[in-house]
Amino acid sequence: MHYFKNIPQALPPMIRAENINKSFGKLQVLRNVSVSLPQGRVVAVIGPNGSGKTTFIKTLLGMVVPDSGTIYVEGRSIANRHDYRAQIGYMPQIGRYPTHLKIKQLFDMMTDLRKENAPKSLDEDLVVAFHLRDMFEKPLGTLSGGTKQKVSAALAFLFNPPILILDEPTAGLDPLSSELLKEKIQREHDNGKLILITSHVMSDLDELATDVLYLQDGSVQFYSSVDDLKLETGEQKLGRAIAQIMSKTATSSKLSETIKI
Amino acid sequence: MNKVTKYVLYDIVRNRFVMGYTLLLAAVSFSFFGFDPDPNKGLLSLLNIILMVVPLVSIIFSTIHFYNSYEFIELLSAQPLSRKSIFLSEYIGVAASLSLAFLVGVGIPTMLFEGTERGIVLIISGLLLTLSFVSLAFLAAVITRDKAKGMGLALVIWFYFALVYDGLVLGILFSFSDYPLEKVMLFLTALNPTDLARIMVLMKMDISALMGFTGAVFQDFFSTNYGLIIALSVLMVWVVWPVALAARIFNKKDL
Repeated sequence: MHYFKNIPQALPPMIRAENINKSFGKLQVLRNVSVSLPQGRVVAVIGPNGSGKTTFIKTLLGMVVPDSGTIYVEGRSIANRHDYRAQIGYMPQIGRYPTHLKIKQLFDMMTDLRKENAPKSLDEDLVVAFHLRDMFEKPLGTLSGGTKQKVSAALAFLFNPPILILDEPTAGLDPLSSELLKEKIQREHDNGKLILITSHVMSDLDELATDVLYLQDGSVQFYSSVDDLKLETGEQKLGRAIAQIMSKTATSSKLSETIKI
Repeated sequence: MNKVTKYVLYDIVRNRFVMGYTLLLAAVSFSFFGFDPDPNKGLLSLLNIILMVVPLVSIIFSTIHFYNSYEFIELLSAQPLSRKSIFLSEYIGVAASLSLAFLVGVGIPTMLFEGTERGIVLIISGLLLTLSFVSLAFLAAVITRDKAKGMGLALVIWFYFALVYDGLVLGILFSFSDYPLEKVMLFLTALNPTDLARIMVLMKMDISALMGFTGAVFQDFFSTNYGLIIALSVLMVWVVWPVALAARIFNKKDL
């Protein structure tokens, strides 16, 4: 069964992965992953725990080097390069920072690092929305998990990069902050950026995602636009639509634990 | 590179552990020099403490720091920075802060009480010892992702250089006591940074007579400037090779 369809491919892909394979020891985490991610889409990367989502994201960032296959960002292979990361804003799943550094210093450092490629004006929407400025003098070690998450989010958006990679962005955020972040993601989508989100919260993805990339056991099960997915299954909710597709492909018993609607 | 180093350094200097280490070294130094009117003896006692404590603290602190910085290193590696510069920034940050602690804790008191050539040799060798054990710690930390294993490896390295190695050398010495081993001893010394640092200082202290014929050979070698430069260079090699190897491994490592 092939679900690779109707992802608008008119625009050149921002990110293209070709036959990515990766093993950790005997465990093969990515199997022949090939996808083209065009500009202006919000792609939800979903799959059961251990399906290779985080590894896939890390290969895009160059943190994990694939055993074979090539990744192109804006048309150029990323092998042995680091400058392309100026095009990417990354929000990690767990942000842990040097404990004695103040928030302000972290922001200063990041600005310092990305100064050359950064736009003149920084995008401080989230800094303002999360009231991070009031906490600028606090050491990072004293922050709660949620506040660190806010710092990570603000940093990812700060340099206005054309590609955003958000690993579980709303996990650990309070409802208000979570809404603020989602609004911001929506705005950046309207600005035509490519946004990759991994999440287990289907309702969030339902609001934001335009496409779904479903990974299981390290291979792409399907990659389709959300509208098509819903049309095909006749479901209104993303979570249900995916559940239906998955039960058709009838491979997964792990699915039930993953998808919470 | 120094952009990151600045913040790593700032983070560590504010760490209580490094402050405590500095105070401990200062307390030990001042008490040894203060209690004994003969600064030569003070220097000798201080040397023995330094040879145990400095490598231990350097290797353990650096290993812990590396593992605790893992997520931060991940974050940095998502920025437009090369792996090499991230790794070296971390190394320089840790090495500089521990060196600073050593210079304040041992360097200042030593210069006050025994600002002679001996004192300076002690400070330089202690400093290089710090750097080389930070290097070894980084090597241990990149070899395994598991913190417990990394710590274990770091401790084994320290144990080996601080205690086991000397035992092995003594064993060799006794087993082959019928042969002239002085040159061999000179070579064996070069294989252990701790021994190298010890010998460098001892040879400045006119107590080589206590060490028999080996001591005389050592004296001949190390008391010349030529010998001292060689010893310093070998110690420098002990600083460079572990961190260079570690950087190569880190370059290809999956984070």
